Amino acid sequence: MEFAELIKTPRVDNVVLHRPFYPAVEGTLCLTGHHLILSSRQDNTEELWLLHSNIDAIDKRFVGSLGTIIIKCKDFRIIQLDIPGMEECLNIASSIEALSTLDSITLMYPFFYRPMFEVIEDGWHSFLPEQEFELYSSATSEWRLSYVNKEFAVCPSYPPIVIVPKSIDDEALRKVATFRHGGRFPVLSYYYKKNGMVIMRSGQPLTGTNGRRCKEDEKLINATLRAGKRGYIIDTRSLNVAQQARARGGGFEQEAHYPQWRRIHKSIERYHVLQESLIKLVEACNDQTHNMDRWLSKLEASNWLTHIKEILTTACLAAQCIDREGASILIHGTEGTDSTLQVTSLAQIILDPRSRTIRGFEALVEREWLQAGHPFQQRCAQSAYCSSKQKWEAPVFLLFLDCVWQILRQFPCSFEFNEHFLVMLFEHAYASQFGTFLGNNESERCKLKLQQKTMSLWSWVNRPSKLCQFTNPLFEANNLVIWPSVAPQSLQLWEGIFLRWNRSSKYQDEAYEEVVNIIEYNKELQAKVNILRRQLAELETEDSCGRPSEHP
Amino acid sequence: MEHIRTTKVEQVKLLDRFSTSNKSLTGTLYLTATHLLFIDSHQKETWILHHHIASVEKLPLTTSGCPLLIQCKNFRTVHFIVPRERDCHDIYNSLLQLSKQAKYEDLYAFSYNPKQNDSERLQGWQLIDLTEEYKRMGVPNSNWQLSDANREYKICETYPRELYVPRIASKPIIVGSSKFRSKGRFPVLSYYHQDKEAAICRCSQPLSGFSARCLEDEHLLQAIGKANPASRYMYVVDTRPKLNAMANRAAGKGYENEDNYSNIRFQFVGIENIHVMRSSLQKLLEVNGAKGLCVSDFYSGLESSGWLRHIKAVMDAAIFLAKAVMAESASVLVHCSDGWDRTSQVCSLGSLLLDSYYRTIRGFMVLIEKDWISFGHKFSERCGHLDGDPKEVSPVFTQFLECVWHLTEQFPQAFEFNEAFLLQIHEHIHSCQFGNFLGNCQKEREELKLEEKTYSLWPFLLDDQKKYLNPLYSSKSQRLMVLEPNTVSFNFKFWRNMYHQFDRTLHPRQSVFNIIMNMNEQNKQLEEDIKDLESKIKQHKNKQTEDILTKELLNSVHPESPALKTSLCLKEQTLLPVNDALRAIEGSNPADNRYSDYAEEFSKSEPTVVSLEYGVARMTC
Repeated sequence: MEFAELIKTPRVDNVVLHRPFYPAVEGTLCLTGHHLILSSRQDNTEELWLLHSNIDAIDKRFVGSLGTIIIKCKDFRIIQLDIPGMEECLNIASSIEALSTLDSITLMYPFFYRPMFEVIEDGWHSFLPEQEFELYSSATSEWRLSYVNKEFAVCPSYPPIVIVPKSIDDEALRKVATFRHGGRFPVLSYYYKKNGMVIMRSGQPLTGTNGRRCKEDEKLINATLRAGKRGYIIDTRSLNVAQQARARGGGFEQEAHYPQWRRIHKSIERYHVLQESLIKLVEACNDQTHNMDRWLSKLEASNWLTHIKEILTTACLAAQCIDREGASILIHGTEGTDSTLQVTSLAQIILDPRSRTIRGFEALVEREWLQAGHPFQQRCAQSAYCSSKQKWEAPVFLLFLDCVWQILRQFPCSFEFNEHFLVMLFEHAYASQFGTFLGNNESERCKLKLQQKTMSLWSWVNRPSKLCQFTNPLFEANNLVIWPSVAPQSLQLWEGIFLRWNRSSKYQDEAYEEVVNIIEYNKELQAKVNILRRQLAELETEDSCGRPSEHP
Repeated sequence: MEHIRTTKVEQVKLLDRFSTSNKSLTGTLYLTATHLLFIDSHQKETWILHHHIASVEKLPLTTSGCPLLIQCKNFRTVHFIVPRERDCHDIYNSLLQLSKQAKYEDLYAFSYNPKQNDSERLQGWQLIDLTEEYKRMGVPNSNWQLSDANREYKICETYPRELYVPRIASKPIIVGSSKFRSKGRFPVLSYYHQDKEAAICRCSQPLSGFSARCLEDEHLLQAIGKANPASRYMYVVDTRPKLNAMANRAAGKGYENEDNYSNIRFQFVGIENIHVMRSSLQKLLEVNGAKGLCVSDFYSGLESSGWLRHIKAVMDAAIFLAKAVMAESASVLVHCSDGWDRTSQVCSLGSLLLDSYYRTIRGFMVLIEKDWISFGHKFSERCGHLDGDPKEVSPVFTQFLECVWHLTEQFPQAFEFNEAFLLQIHEHIHSCQFGNFLGNCQKEREELKLEEKTYSLWPFLLDDQKKYLNPLYSSKSQRLMVLEPNTVSFNFKFWRNMYHQFDRTLHPRQSVFNIIMNMNEQNKQLEEDIKDLESKIKQHKNKQTEDILTKELLNSVHPESPALKTSLCLKEQTLLPVNDALRAIEGSNPADNRYSDYAEEFSKSEPTVVSLEYGVARMTC
């Protein structure tokens, strides 16, 4: 197989593994094409199985002939391997390096992974756009499915099927696509059944410095407005940034050409700013020696929670436009593949009870992130430990998950899923045995034939045995719009992600267990009371029926 | 009542503290002898006890009226706008008078009447018995005895009458030592660890200056060391920063010279003094009270206030104590300057880490009685109960409560009580509603005749126990557990529920804690129901067997009619209400519409009546 030449030393004995909060384990280290495995060959000690693709960076150092490799993972875990023999150590290190940075996607593990579980439902077909559209079509006839992008020719980052206003034909869509960044013409993101208002998203308009306009574009978005109503355009960039974009052919909607729309600028950061924020935050969290002042100042300097606040605030603003102002909105930034999706998807979490269920959330990730063309492959190629400055990495999806977690913290009974579910999605976005997060858009996924060649994450998740791990025992569906607080005092560091490997959560886990026990016990008691009441009622009826017959 | 000129003002506006769009509620303001009361148009009442008022400010006149800013010791901040300046002025003056009383007798506790008779009141005061507590710890014993040296407060006015000292320390030694210690606060027992035979003792700083020494004091420390056969040395922990302790030497005070005391290990732990703590809290409140606060200002403010650094310092000192006792079986003597602030914090927290009893509701009361009230933490001065020196005010006890809260966060199952209990105690150290925290030491309390004239807080808290129980508490697994908290900086968080207790918009809208607490209650009820049902069923069955027997005897057995069975009309009874209200989302009412603060763009177009299709019906509070 292709990997053989990359694996210089497949096996080393007497390797010692160090992990925080676990005793050191001595065992045999094996390298396979996709995994780093450490086995102690003892029954009761856990083996280490680490996906090469989960490795973000490695350091090596030597003391005499004893080599040490420090492996930093994309999920922020850091483990240490002590390897006897300098040559072995160097071989292992360079093999890991090569295997964790494979160029070709088709060499990645999902193409080799064979599931050991029974597939109940093929996740690749769980959330088809047609089915999603049916959810709306009962409530409105103003929208239609368009297949204009069937060959990915109109917009390479859109899926083949999109939802657009019924009154706009495919020809007009093609024209609008030429006026929007990356061909991302405005499409429906969410239809709010309560008042018929909608969230649309797109790329920035290509107005350039000379204020180019596009009649079809204006017509398209105006088609979504009711007579006499105004809508809001939320530009996720500050006015300044949006103005600068004009020099590069981009821009924003001019009031004169869109008189029925009011534009609001917010400023959500992108790319390297976010990546640096993540790097700083993880570095701060990993240093246990910081005194209080240093910790607080590093936490502050990372700006992570500032980004969280900005994204949440914008999402709340969007939801507010829809629910309170009764106005439709169009959201875009520059490309419409990052901050735009954070806002559209979080607004739905706030507005829509369905997106707070497990299935609904999966559908949301599928629709607003995967189908909508968030470039997962680029954004998640490296994580917090990468030293090489690459341009495209950014924890956009992680920020989204963090925002969801913040809302979950504030409304702990309103979500069907628990924190583990969010952590799991984070892990799989960065390294996975499943094909779901491979590629940057639908077009790439089609070319890779992921549906045929890999397994969907949803196939694995949506089985009862797995679902029960991700279910929130406190969940009780509510139809309310949930408005989170975005005050700094209400936002918290997501410990389950950032402190996960830095402290023991034993007592917290035990307390959670107790919460589950109390709830389970409550259910048990309720059921028992019901049975007893029925028994008693039966007995009472028998009695009252039986009596008269005694005196015929 | 002579201070009250205006008792009622209408059309007063209560501004939302954090709203950037000047949202407000209109209502009526009432001034009573004990409270300021605001009733808004939704009939929601806001009660503010005069004693809780830390400051009243009249801000410059605006077009809508005269603003009155009131900040409370329980961290409530209210911002009223009174339409007429004269009314505002009257209220302002009254509050100034009413919130700063000159005499103890004018405090609320002396007029508060909860309708208990004298014997109930006295029982209340006897609820916590410190003699019993020392007995529980295992003293007196062969090494420790009750000393009567301070029975008449002759040696130390700020200590309690009953003190425990090493058996081998004679009275002259005690008297001698007390003369060598600030305010006569000589080394005495605070906590005794029975298994390790180690003690936590407390005192004030020695009057050592640059070279003075005192043989009796040295003897007393030796006696404390000898009272612990398990260790050859003891620790002396000076909780002050070294620099402060050294500076004290110039004033004839200072710290122990290791050369003069045999077998002591001396240690500074660096907790700052009351003035630093006061200004730290002040800074913290300035930061978190800001409108439109951004994340980085919040964290840099949190950092520069130093608040969490101080909390961590107190915690680290307490851990030092617990470790000395557990890992080395060594006794520890703790002091600061006077031995009633930092020393109380560290001794009480150290005991709490070591002894699970103090983590129960009653045990926590005992702990406060012992290390804070009886050992003369100057509650009245630190909380500013009377109009006095503002430089004596300091949040020392608040810090103690915050440390305990941090422990409850790290050990969610180790405490019998919950956060509400801590908040309630905090409320009452300032309320002056009960006698417990009035005065600055036991002697003063006796002189005030508090037991005759006021009520004790503890029985009221115990009566309300249900509210303060931690539903996750597991008493069995905790019994022998010594808490070993992790004090890496990232474990310390801003205590939102304390410092924003009354700012509901900042709180989570659903509380797991409340749900579990209610479910626990419900489970108990269900268990009862099951017992009840089972016994009823049993009765019926017994009766039926009797019936059948009779029938058989009469030889007239009727086969059961199948028709009858199916016609049983069983309605699934609704069980106890599953506390819908609790799961419901709080604060979806128009008065609490946080949604309008996401952007200023909307402030102008806010609809007067927000139509809420969901939410209103299920609202709590």
